[in-house]
Amino acid sequence: MENKYTSKTLLLEIFGIILGLLFLIPFYYVISNSLKSFAEILTNTSALPSSLHFENYLNAFEKLNFFKVFSNSLLVTIASNLVLVVFCSMAAYMLVRTKKKISNIIFMAFVAAMIIPFQSIMIPLIKTASSLHLLNSIWGLVFMYLGFGSGMTIFLYHGFIKGIPVELEEAAIIDGCSRFGVFWRIVFPLLKPITVTIIILNSLWIWNDYLLPSLVLQNPELRTIPLATFFFFGQYTKQWDLALAALMIGIIPLLIFFFSMQKHIIQGITSGSIK
Amino acid sequence: MNNQNNVEKIIPPLVQQSNVSRKYSLSTKRKKKWKEVGLFSLFVGPVFIAFTIVVLVPFFSGIYYSFTDWNGITGEIKWVGLENFQYIFTEDTQFLQSFKLTALYTIVAIILTNTIGFGLALLVTQKLKSSNLLRTVFFMPNLLGGLLLGFIWQFIFIRGFASIGELTGIPLFELAWLGDKNTAFWGIVIVSVWQGAGYIMLIYIAALQNIPKELIEAAKIDGANRFQVLRNIKIPLVAPAVTICLFLTTASSFKIFDANLSLTNGGPFKSTEMLALNIYTEAFVNNRYGIGEAKALIFFIVVATISIIQVMITKKKEVES
Repeated sequence: MENKYTSKTLLLEIFGIILGLLFLIPFYYVISNSLKSFAEILTNTSALPSSLHFENYLNAFEKLNFFKVFSNSLLVTIASNLVLVVFCSMAAYMLVRTKKKISNIIFMAFVAAMIIPFQSIMIPLIKTASSLHLLNSIWGLVFMYLGFGSGMTIFLYHGFIKGIPVELEEAAIIDGCSRFGVFWRIVFPLLKPITVTIIILNSLWIWNDYLLPSLVLQNPELRTIPLATFFFFGQYTKQWDLALAALMIGIIPLLIFFFSMQKHIIQGITSGSIK
Repeated sequence: MNNQNNVEKIIPPLVQQSNVSRKYSLSTKRKKKWKEVGLFSLFVGPVFIAFTIVVLVPFFSGIYYSFTDWNGITGEIKWVGLENFQYIFTEDTQFLQSFKLTALYTIVAIILTNTIGFGLALLVTQKLKSSNLLRTVFFMPNLLGGLLLGFIWQFIFIRGFASIGELTGIPLFELAWLGDKNTAFWGIVIVSVWQGAGYIMLIYIAALQNIPKELIEAAKIDGANRFQVLRNIKIPLVAPAVTICLFLTTASSFKIFDANLSLTNGGPFKSTEMLALNIYTEAFVNNRYGIGEAKALIFFIVVATISIIQVMITKKKEVES
């Protein structure tokens, strides 16, 4: 039967573990070398560090201006998620519940635009954004994420809201609740599962995004983690002790996020991509 | 017709019941109508404005710019007709090279990511004690963006491989991976497969878990071995997921940018410059926005064609099943 643990299963298990270790090797190299002195990185790359040089981290932390960079990333990600969830759920709700041609047209426009690759719009986008004073501002960037994330977010909400029976809302309206109240008090709480999926997908995308912030945020004070890492690597090329520590500092917040929400993340990504 | 019924359902039935004069009911009807339009704009408006400014306007003005000599510095933008496209297809050998390289890379990445992703999914859906742990491990690289992954592998290729080469003497590790056109190409492939396989694995896992257990049990009772179960039950039943995964990897591979930038930055000598990076360089390094936008339009047409074929195939499958 399927449940028996045979010797074949054991062989597969060993194979799986070896494969898993192989997948982790790059992380091993980055972590162990980020704690070595520069000389040791060059002479003894594969070995474990002979002594732990935590000062690499302190040094990189300071040179990256990490607190600033981290809070920029956090602000951009949280604010973008907030506006995406609020405005896209509202829009998707109205588009589902208003059975008019215009709703279909608008919905199709959002969905169709999902196939436009970012590179096809980035050049004129910068021109438009500069004339609207959206450049060099965190809020300008958040506004752009609202635009770019709207397609997928509305698509996912739209599919979910279609499955919610309208009777609940009708009862509330008869009781004197406004459309606005109906949405926020009755519909929005029902959207929680898809909202979690949406927040996870959008957070990973926005947190890791490099190209858009690199075009929008020219002021070094506004840099996000990917931007700061990029400039750091450029500036300290081949100074591996600093560069690797900086890289680890950029990776750690993601790992913390992942391990604290692992189940949601894996579920969210699976359900988000199948739709 | 069903549609209209629904709209009326939302409006409270008060108006229909009250015996008011015709004039009054008309004006309330109009008020209702305006109220509805107002609500609709209030709900849909904010995100639609952002979408228009950020996506629609740049997209359509981009089509116009691809026929101009816009350089981003001088304010003057002159219509040049098809000159940009003529230049791209006849004189710009770098673009054609990037195009071919991206196509080749896409094919290689699709095959490897999907085979490995499917293999990993098969592995972790066996009754292994370490299944959950392995799932996490295989998925982990996907968490980091392409930029960080590219930097991690830059170190592995430059220092890590050199060190493994010294220790083991295997010639493969002693090569200067990022210094040579061919190995640098494979370097990008390795990074993207390392990143993408775990993601694709999740989708295949979901598909494998949807296969009814009874089918597999029945086949086993009939004496089918693991391989026969795989060939005759698992593979045919995950076919819809294969379509999804193939197109997901096609689109993401064709658009590769971050890992390309951080791992090789197109080097050595632009030999690994993929399309997205080529467009970026044309616009923001060479300051030839018009030509860059023309390339971006070609890029869009290719991506859109792939996506439309994808939608058509998935829709067709849905109808069949």
